[in-house]
Amino acid sequence: MSAAATLPRQWRNGELAVMLLLPIALINAIGFILPVLNLARYSFNKSRIGGGIENVFTWDNWAGLLSDPFYLELVFNSVWISLAITLTTLVVSYPIALYLHRSTGSWRTFLTVLVISPLLTSAVVRTYGWIAILVDDGPVVSAIKAVGLPAPSLMFNIKGVFIGLTEILMPYMILALMAGFGRLDPRVEEAARTLGATPSRTFLKVILPLTLPGIALGCLLCFVLAVSSFITPKLMGGGRVFLLATEIYDQAIVTLNWPLASTLSILVLIVFGAALWAYSAVLRRLD
Amino acid sequence: MEIHKTTWPMRILVFVLFAYLLAPVLLVFPLSFSGDQVLRFPPTFWSTRWYEALFANSQMLKAFWTSLSLAAIVTALSIVIAVPAAYVMTRLKFLGRDLLFNLFTAPLLLPTIVLGLAILIVFASFGLLATMQGLVFAHLVVTLPYALRVLAVSLSTQDRACEEAARTLGAKPLTVFFRVTVPMLTPGIVAAAALCFLVSFDEVVITLFLTGPRISTLPVELYNYVYNQADPLVAAASALLILLTLGVIMVVERAMGLGKAFVK
Repeated sequence: MSAAATLPRQWRNGELAVMLLLPIALINAIGFILPVLNLARYSFNKSRIGGGIENVFTWDNWAGLLSDPFYLELVFNSVWISLAITLTTLVVSYPIALYLHRSTGSWRTFLTVLVISPLLTSAVVRTYGWIAILVDDGPVVSAIKAVGLPAPSLMFNIKGVFIGLTEILMPYMILALMAGFGRLDPRVEEAARTLGATPSRTFLKVILPLTLPGIALGCLLCFVLAVSSFITPKLMGGGRVFLLATEIYDQAIVTLNWPLASTLSILVLIVFGAALWAYSAVLRRLD
Repeated sequence: MEIHKTTWPMRILVFVLFAYLLAPVLLVFPLSFSGDQVLRFPPTFWSTRWYEALFANSQMLKAFWTSLSLAAIVTALSIVIAVPAAYVMTRLKFLGRDLLFNLFTAPLLLPTIVLGLAILIVFASFGLLATMQGLVFAHLVVTLPYALRVLAVSLSTQDRACEEAARTLGAKPLTVFFRVTVPMLTPGIVAAAALCFLVSFDEVVITLFLTGPRISTLPVELYNYVYNQADPLVAAASALLILLTLGVIMVVERAMGLGKAFVK
């Protein structure tokens, strides 16, 4: 039986259906499509000092951005740091995901809840937790001093942001990896072991290749989230860590230069597009 | 069937990594009972002074009530708007349906920092900045995609035989919808509502662009507080927030099982 046949008759002329879709369509149009198109337009508008814009077409924002070493470094730093954070997140998440994939029953449910629960906790709360851990004279710095090593400064610089963001992105990576681990049949591993492969060889030649799609998905997700992360760099960077997302906020709220903020936002979307392109290129390779 | 014998080094590694993952969330509980004036762990002595300070902080309390009513309004509206939309999109075949579905869930793909700025610029000209209506509308932009997705999954896995039987026995379309489809959809509605509530209650980046001295939400107030000073007050607020989140999760768990709701 076709889906259409199970529907009441008046639906087939579509009027009711359109009415039921209208509210969500309106919110989508006014709250999403219009603002994003407007953002693209603003990146070609001129800013007035102290806020407001002049409605003239100009390439000045883009030209200024691409010729200013500060912004070039900002983009380069954001991309590079996000890549490093993504790789670190992958390394610390992979063992957890593999362990979760292999565990069963209520133990698995319990651990999955543990992985998801930080995801449902506000980024502000988790960043605050990291500030308490990494602050000077906090538990980590004290422990390092106690072993006789020189005390590192972990707060208000990129190190703290790195440690905090890696943890904040871990649940996303673990869930993406687990989604991709479906292809990992334990019998295949066992076959490799029975045929005499060492554990490390089994991992490199059997487990890792089979889990590559999950790895690619997790890395895409975490990279995108890292580039656009704002709360953690702002709170843990202490105004000394300059990244794309924090700069967008400062330009929008502090400097009130909306055209520049818009231009930076479109730049973030271009970086996203590049990441997505790289991801699909990797997937094509894997097939 | 136990094929894998997890080795002890692997177990220790996983334990350490879990400790890293959960450290900041777990830490706020002991920290919230600190007696110290400044952020210090472990605290030199214990007290409930920061809970008292929190409940004496009128700005925080006001922000909490704003967040709670905002999340409640946003959740109710999300369900009322998304249930019919999800119903149409799963039960009716029409040209461009997948395209429309992707468009409706697209706001989730946009980074909140970009979406926040985009909404700020448009809302400024509508006079919606720092208003409750503006916050409700902006939150709906991000909660509706979640609601639509969860409800669409629930609806498309629902057995149509019951609807069919009711119709064959002469029930009117609206009767079928309210007496058969919606009751069967209850677990999905509960999961979608819980998700919308948590997303709205926790939303901070977009909200930061839209709030001001006149109206502010709890996450934004906490953000501003941490930005300006570091003392255990936020730990007390965080501990309470985590307990509230756990409460919402338990509701979902009761309704349909957490695994089904979040890990598909």
